[in-house]
Amino acid sequence: MMRAFAALLALLICVSNVLAAVDPLPFKDRAEELRFQNLTKQLRCLVCQNESLNDSSASLAGDLRRDVFEQMRAGKSDAQIKQWLTERYSDFVLYDPPLRGGTWLLWFGPALFLLIGSGAVWLTVRRRAVAQRNAASSRNDNVEDDW
Amino acid sequence: MNTRMLPLLGFLLVLALLGFGIWWSSTHDLRAVPSPLIGKRAPEFSLPLLDEPQRRFGSADLAGKPYLLNVFASWCFACRDEHPILMREGKRLGIKLVGFDYKDTAEDAKRWLAQYGNPYDVVITDLPGDVAIDFGVTGAPETFLVDAQGVIRYKHISPITPEVIATELMPRIAAMQAAQP
Repeated sequence: MMRAFAALLALLICVSNVLAAVDPLPFKDRAEELRFQNLTKQLRCLVCQNESLNDSSASLAGDLRRDVFEQMRAGKSDAQIKQWLTERYSDFVLYDPPLRGGTWLLWFGPALFLLIGSGAVWLTVRRRAVAQRNAASSRNDNVEDDW
Repeated sequence: MNTRMLPLLGFLLVLALLGFGIWWSSTHDLRAVPSPLIGKRAPEFSLPLLDEPQRRFGSADLAGKPYLLNVFASWCFACRDEHPILMREGKRLGIKLVGFDYKDTAEDAKRWLAQYGNPYDVVITDLPGDVAIDFGVTGAPETFLVDAQGVIRYKHISPITPEVIATELMPRIAAMQAAQP
């Protein structure tokens, strides 16, 4: 009995946390809700910077969700809403940074490192092959000498 | 070069990278979001006054003179650290000090100002936080320096310190006042 009560309490706490974190917005249909979820998942909460606008329970995130929702209702496109946010909070608010002068290292850095790495591997392999061939040929020389 | 030194070199490179990371994060505020509004016009706004909520005060009333907009709230702990500095040095700035009470109830804000003192020339309230979003506010305290043309010249996230006043605010205010006839 005690255990069942504790489980029920735990469940209630979880449910209340979820309800507190997500302020219910009056979506008119499932498609609108999905669009909203998809958009806010791409946006960063400015307060808890490792959370998306979709996940965060910070009050600023709630305000911004409300603004995003109102702008969606006003017929703005996702790109226009992102533009509106970056005008205020810079590219920082986007989890997916746009490709431009300041972000090329971010975008192409991994490819650059891959290139450097494969270059190093290629060099090492070639050097070893040459060394092995030399060793083999000198061994052959020795064999011939023995004969 | 001896190829046996290569792993050591690689290790030193990684060490240098990590060391740079530690140095960078200790000298920079990683939570500070760069404001794209610096050098741009401050948003137009008109908000209720804390003391007379039926009256509104905003950018139109502030036009033509530089001012310092300080975002604070009674719920903001860091604002308590900043407050004595504004009390002590606010008048020395020589420009209007506008208190921006962010997402706060009037009773709490009034009690807070009565307790710690009121360094502001005027206090406006933004309970819904809409104007704060137009300013790109991420929390409190934040401070904006706006010039006579209504352009945001400087933004500071986190409490104002005497160093910030001496090295960031005073030179900019002096330059503004020199430009102003």
